[in-house]
Parts: sequence; structure tokens; C-alpha cells
Amino acid sequence: MPRLSYREAVREGLREALATDDRVFLMGEDVGRYGGAYACSRGLLNEFGPDRIRDTPLSEASFVGAGIGAAIAGMRPIVEVMTINFALLAFDQIVNNAATLRHMTAGQLAVPLVIRMATGAGRQLAAQHSHSLEVWFAHVPGLKVLCPATVTDARLMLAAALADPNPVIICEHALLYATEGDCAETADGFDAWRPLVRERGDALTIVTSSGSLPKVVAAADQLNRSGIRPELIDLRCLRPLVLKPVLASVQRTGRLLVVDEGWRTCGLAAEGSARRRFRFPMPPTWNRRRCRASNASSPPPES
Amino acid sequence: MTEATATAADHDLALLAQMLRIRRFEEQAAECYMSGQIRGFLHLYVGEEAVAVGTMGCLTAEDRVVAAYRDHGHALARGLPMATIMAEMFGKATGCCRGRGGSMHLFDVGRRFYGGTAIVGAELPLAVGLALADRLQQSSSITAVFFGDGAVAEGTFHESLNLAALWQLPVLFLCENNLYAMGTRLDRHQAMTDIHAKAAGYGIAAAAVDGMDVRAVEAAAREAAESVRDTGMPFLLEARTYRLRAHSMYDPDRYRPREEVASWQAREPVASFADRLRAEGRLDDVHWQRLEQEVAAEVAAAVAAAAAAPVEPEADLTRDLLVKAEPVEVNACPG
Ligand SMILES: Cc1ncc(C[n+]2csc(CCOP(=O)(O)OP(=O)(O)O)c2C)c(N)n1
Ligand SMILES: [Mg+2]
Repeated sequence: MPRLSYREAVREGLREALATDDRVFLMGEDVGRYGGAYACSRGLLNEFGPDRIRDTPLSEASFVGAGIGAAIAGMRPIVEVMTINFALLAFDQIVNNAATLRHMTAGQLAVPLVIRMATGAGRQLAAQHSHSLEVWFAHVPGLKVLCPATVTDARLMLAAALADPNPVIICEHALLYATEGDCAETADGFDAWRPLVRERGDALTIVTSSGSLPKVVAAADQLNRSGIRPELIDLRCLRPLVLKPVLASVQRTGRLLVVDEGWRTCGLAAEGSARRRFRFPMPPTWNRRRCRASNASSPPPES
Repeated sequence: MTEATATAADHDLALLAQMLRIRRFEEQAAECYMSGQIRGFLHLYVGEEAVAVGTMGCLTAEDRVVAAYRDHGHALARGLPMATIMAEMFGKATGCCRGRGGSMHLFDVGRRFYGGTAIVGAELPLAVGLALADRLQQSSSITAVFFGDGAVAEGTFHESLNLAALWQLPVLFLCENNLYAMGTRLDRHQAMTDIHAKAAGYGIAAAAVDGMDVRAVEAAAREAAESVRDTGMPFLLEARTYRLRAHSMYDPDRYRPREEVASWQAREPVASFADRLRAEGRLDDVHWQRLEQEVAAEVAAAVAAAAAAPVEPEADLTRDLLVKAEPVEVNACPG
């Protein structure tokens, strides 16, 4: 298994997609000459030319909308929105066009579009540049939402998203780009759409995703040293949200902790714990055994 | 010297001093970033000083000013104390927003300075609304809004120009055309690169000016501001300038030819204005050195105060989320 950075893994995924399918092209702000705000597409302009690596103006609503149009008409666009904060300018296109067109036209249209964006709080970038809004997308029927947290996922989820005939949002975490890990060489047996148990344990079930995964792994290391073995589950795909492995795990451990970078109210953690209660009769002590760890309910401060 | 020429000389020296304050502040900010005292995004205004300085003097204390994320120069020129700006950039509780906003979000509502927006183009509709309120309240204030060439590609630029013209609002749109939106050059993001000419599509008066020449900027801004005041209608002024540093501290700056940077560097606004004042006999070495010393002392004091200041306590994090709200959720059930 080659060792790659998350950033290189994303780039490899892009390169493979561009090389194997002529319908694929990448567009977004500064993806070409600049090489991408997070350097994910560095070198690709030289390799694939300006028709397939397209720099766009600062026009998020329009170039995401154009991606939808191109997808409808037979292309396989990969639209890069620099960060999830700026995707807010394209929310209308994503929610009102990409997510609805299939259903509203009674199946006449498909929107095989991939939208990639960096999510999460970087290093002290203040409120307008630190959002973790992936659950907003996960709220919308008609969309699929992937959150790669490992190098292998960063590389292989893109191909899975492109192979899917629906609009897929890929949220890459800004603080993961520089992390390194072993990358699977083939997609054999790779399933982008299901949670994975990252570490086996029996003391409690910790559910997380995206940029929180390395933090949870580090916390689990500490617990391991004191003899407590948590089971770590990486959700990976927020929509469709598959919770079976989580439920199976919680039935063994009897304790659930959801760790999420988003806000608490109506967030991923709330969803995880609410669904758990909904589906299973709970032991009387259950309420004290469920826990959410989310971000403070305030805009992220710079300090 | 007659009285009139004496005041003109004073005025020129004030412009120079203001530009120098911004220049040295920015250089210091870059150092503080290197030393880890300033973190996060840091967008320097080096090379563009003449635009903020030349325009700000044409506005009154009652006028409103809106800026984008490259806002240190505007904040300084508007009169925010250097120490509160530096403290804000250090993320300290003594900053103008208690350290919550940082470099990109400098606000001082008392000085009618409305930041500090980090979403490109988002400041434009805000300015339209401020001017709308002034119009509805029969105030004589105008609103000046600064934005980059990159923002011209956003829908908000076109929508805001149209709204301001349609509703006849006193907005001075100030485009700081520094030729680049991050790494993308103007001619790669605009089909028609003459930005001020776009105003015609909305029936708005417009002009372009050499943004490296503080006197030219001032003359053009005065005319533009007077036009807004006299007619109550918007005006689009395009200042052609250049940022001499990278887009932000994260930017490796690989997309600009060295000769291009050098040719703009040769026209940089602070040194070129100082040279001009020397040639006109209005500035001598003694004066220049005194100016440098004063500015250096002001910058050093700002850094020292910011370094010594505390950060806002974490317990205050949910303070000011809503007006008079109890801290939301803090007391809610922990589950
Ligand atoms: C809506 C939005 N999209 C993308 C970004 C990322 N970004 C920040 S600054 C910038 C370039 C803006 O260029 P310009 O408006 O010319 O201002 P300048 O930096 O040159 O002063 C970009 C792409 C952003 N902040 N907001
Ligand atoms: Mg620019």
C-alpha cells in the first residue's frame, strides 16, 4: 500500500477519473493555474488542458448550476467549490435544481454531478470560514453525501461518486489534507456508502466522521492505555445514512457517544442518538448512556 | 508659504503619513504571522494603500464604510485605533470585536465602519441596505463599499448595482481592481475587463482612476462622493491598483510573472508619493525620518499591547449570540 497524503489521494482520484472517462471535467475557482486552494489539482491543468481543468470566476451559483446543466446533458462534471462556506451561494442550485430535477420530472432527467468542497474549521479562520455544514446537505432528499476521513476514502470515494447517476456531494475536511496514511491500491471490495468499524472494542461505541476521526482515534488510544476499548465507527456516508452497524455495535456495548464537529441542535449527533431511541427499546439507564459531543452553539470565533 | 499652500502641504503630508502607517502596520502583521502571534487568514494591503487613504478623506464621520476581508488599511484610514486593530488580529479581548473576528472582520460601528466580510461580494447587498435605511430615514449620509475585481463576477455585484440604481440609493461602489482574484487574472475571470463600464448597464455614473496615485484617487473619489451626495444616486469608481504581496499568507504566489510584479513595485504608492513630495520641496529627510519614527513607535506599541492582552474567556463564547438572550443551550439538557 503506497503512503499518500490525503491531498495527494484526492489528486490521484481526480487524475484517474479524468484519465478513464472523457466526459469527466473539473471546474471551480483557481483549480487550474493556481492548482486549487488546497493544491488538490496541482499539475492537472498541464496534464489535461484548460478544457477539462476549467478555472471559473467567483460565481458559485452559476458554475454549480452550469455543472448541473452539463451533467443533465451527458457530461460527468466534477465541480470544486473552494469551501463549504461558499457553497452557501450555490445552495439554491444544489437544493432546488440538482436535488429535485430527477424526481420533479418523473425520472426524465438524471443529474450525475459530483460537487467537492473543503469543510470544517481550519486554523482560526473565524466564523465565515469555519463552517461544518455537511449535515445540511444530508437533510436533502435527492442528494448523496460522502465524507472521506482516510486517505483511501479520499482517493476512492470520487470514483464511486462518479459512477453514481445522482448528485453526490463530497466534503473533504480542510485539516485532513496534510495528513498521511496508507492508501488502498485497488477499489476491489470498496464500498463508499456504508459505515466502517475503524477499531473494534466493547466498552462503548463512538460514532464519528470526517475531520473528527483522527481526534477520536487519538482519544481511543488514550482509553486503550487505561484498559478501556471503545469501538470506533466512521459513518463515511451521511446520506443515505446506514445505521445498522452502529445499532449492532451499540447493542453489544450498551453505550453510544457521537462525536461531530457540527452544531448540536438538529445535528448529526442528535440524529444518531434520536434514531437509536426510535428503533430500539432502551434499557432504563439508556438516557444516561447516550452522549453527544458537538461544537459550542455559537459562530466559531477567530480566537 | 501662503496659508493655502501651507494647508495643502499639511494635507499631502497627512496622506503620506496615513499610507505609511498602513504599510508599516502590514509589514509588522506579516512578521507577527511568522512568529505565530497572528493566525488564520491574513490578507495584506501592501501596494493598495492609496485607494483607502485617497477615498476615506472624502467621507464624513456620518457616512458609512463597508469593506471586504482585506480590510486593515480601510480600518486604519477610517480612524480605528491601531492598537484595537492589532489586538483583534491577535484574537485578543481588547480587539475591536473582542478577538472574535480577527483580521478579516474588523468592525467599529461607532465609527460607522462595517467590516470586514469574508464571503466575496457579500458586502455589496449590505451596503445597499445601509443606504436604503439612510434614504428612508432622510439622512444625508452616503455609504461607501469596497470590493475587489473578483467580486464583480458574483451575482451580488450585479444585483446590488441594479437595486441601488432602481431605488436611487446613495452608494459609492469602490472597486479595488488589483488585477487578480486570488490566482485568477482579470482577463481570465471577466469577459469584459473594463469594470467601471459595466455600470452603464444599470444607468450608473462611473469612472476609473490610477489607484497607485493617492492624489488622483482623492480627486476622483471627491468627485464621485459629491456626485452621490448631490444626486442621491450610486456611483461606481474603479481604482486600478495592485497587491504587491501574495493573496494571503497561505498563497505561494506562483501565478504572476516576476516582471509584472516588478513593474507595479516601481510605482508603489508610498515611495512614489514621497518622491513626488520631495521633488516638490514639501518633504525632506528630517521630516521623513521623524515620520518613520512616529509610525514605528505606534506600531510597536500596538504589538506590545496586543501581546499583553488576554483572550476572551471561553465561558463568554455564547455571549452576544442573540440580543439579551440567555446563553443558548448552555443550561439545556446535556444529553
Ligand atoms: C463567495 C466566496 N468564494 C470564494 C472565496 C475564496 N476567496 C477569498 S478571496 C478570493 C479572491 C477575491 O478576489 P478579489 O475580489 O479581486 O479581491 P482581492 O483579494 O484581490 O482583494 C477568493 C476566491 C470567498 N471568500 N468567498
Ligand atoms: Mg482582486
